[in-house]
Amino acid sequence: MKTTVRVIPRLDIKGPNLIKGIQFDGHRVLGTAEQFADYYYREGADELIYQDAVASLYRRNSLFDIIRRTAARIFVPLTVAGGIRTIDDVRDILRAGADKVAINSGAVENPQMLRDAAQAFGSQCIVSSIEAFRQKNGHYEVWVDYGREATGIDVVEWVHRVIDLGVGEIMLTAINREGMGSGYDLELIERVAEISPVPVIACGGAGTLAHFSAAVNAGADAVAAASAFHYNYAVPVNKPFMSYGEARLRMGEHIDSGNIDFLNNGYGKQRAITVTPASIQDVKKHLERAGIPVRGLRSS
Amino acid sequence: MTHIAIVDYDVGNLLSVQRALFAVQADCVITSDPEVIDSAYAIVLPGVGAFGTGTQNLKRRGLVAPLQHAAEQGKPILGICLGMQLLMDDSEEFGHWPGLGLLPGHVVRLDGGAETCRVKIPQIGWNQIAPKRDWTGTLLDGVDEGSFMYFVHSFCVDPANDADCLATCDYGQNRFCAVVSRQNVMGCQFHPEKSGEAGLQVLKNFVEKA
Repeated sequence: MKTTVRVIPRLDIKGPNLIKGIQFDGHRVLGTAEQFADYYYREGADELIYQDAVASLYRRNSLFDIIRRTAARIFVPLTVAGGIRTIDDVRDILRAGADKVAINSGAVENPQMLRDAAQAFGSQCIVSSIEAFRQKNGHYEVWVDYGREATGIDVVEWVHRVIDLGVGEIMLTAINREGMGSGYDLELIERVAEISPVPVIACGGAGTLAHFSAAVNAGADAVAAASAFHYNYAVPVNKPFMSYGEARLRMGEHIDSGNIDFLNNGYGKQRAITVTPASIQDVKKHLERAGIPVRGLRSS
Repeated sequence: MTHIAIVDYDVGNLLSVQRALFAVQADCVITSDPEVIDSAYAIVLPGVGAFGTGTQNLKRRGLVAPLQHAAEQGKPILGICLGMQLLMDDSEEFGHWPGLGLLPGHVVRLDGGAETCRVKIPQIGWNQIAPKRDWTGTLLDGVDEGSFMYFVHSFCVDPANDADCLATCDYGQNRFCAVVSRQNVMGCQFHPEKSGEAGLQVLKNFVEKA
């Protein structure tokens, strides 16, 4: 039997709060991170991802208290991402209670850091976080700083590189799809899964249950989602779905205006975003029905 | 003797183990001091990473004899992941390394399988454990058959005696021993501190044995 497919909520965090953006921009506060983490643990989340939403921008990583408190109560693996640049950063975050760290910008700046970290702490702790931007020519480019900066690096080449450096997993986010609810980028998942000997965690785009199984069938070993899960918990039960018009996208704290073009032009002409909220059990039931093994499905 | 000693030999996230033990009401201390280990009423040997590194670190810190002595004294010892592997006689990982020799058997590589049933190595994720023998009164007492536990490993143990294996796990073509138990020496290939409530039950059982 293969291991089960892991279902992982991704929590984007700013200060004590859980926030949610679209394509990594326009953050709305939904509640506190820990309240969501507790809920997801009870609901059967296989792992949790904490993404520090502003660490890269301000070069500060202030998640320690949240990590510590989470680790004292939640006994499934916790991965922390955002602004991790040095071995000391890795050490500090692992000591605070994280089981794995996911590194993007830090690795692009200094690829050797991945090897050093893998050797010091073990490959199983080191996840390569790859934010992929789909270009018009169909190629994917590595972006950094939580969707703010292009690097000119080809994703496939970067995957080969980080594997060589010794990472234990790849967390793959499709920037164009993130928060849009129109599905994971299946082509991106296929391309990476094809060449990766380590597990691939797909992130970005889940809007309906069918998207989750599609991601697994495209090669993902784990599926992560943010909007789909957060809006299920945060939005009242009698509201069937969350949709955005442009006017609502700029709520919350101001983030630099670097990549707001999509607000005016959309991506692929899509400007309304619809995400059907789902619980973790909903997703697991769906995967199981699709013939995909999952852990701990509860009989209702 | 009021505490459980969590052995620190420079491998693994000891704090997770400590937090989980606190959650099941066990007083525990992280230590590499043979005296503290000697005065503990039970010992947890955690660990992730390479067997060779683990073995060398134990040796370098002078922990081999204290651990063997504790086992002889009948103190409950729980090895987790690499810690479990180190309880065995030896490992074939990257050469040939001696273990603590507390449980007869070897450490061998997981088989990635051929075309039709290929699986990724290391195994990372949740998988089920099945009984090799009855779990009543053992480390797995109260744990449901087929419970999912969290595994991260490329190697597994092959106990010399079937009777020493409590539970198995299937991964690709591998059916390996996931839990060992021989008198006071026990081990889990998975991480009980990362396996949710089922994992905490395992730790609770260990604490109660001590």
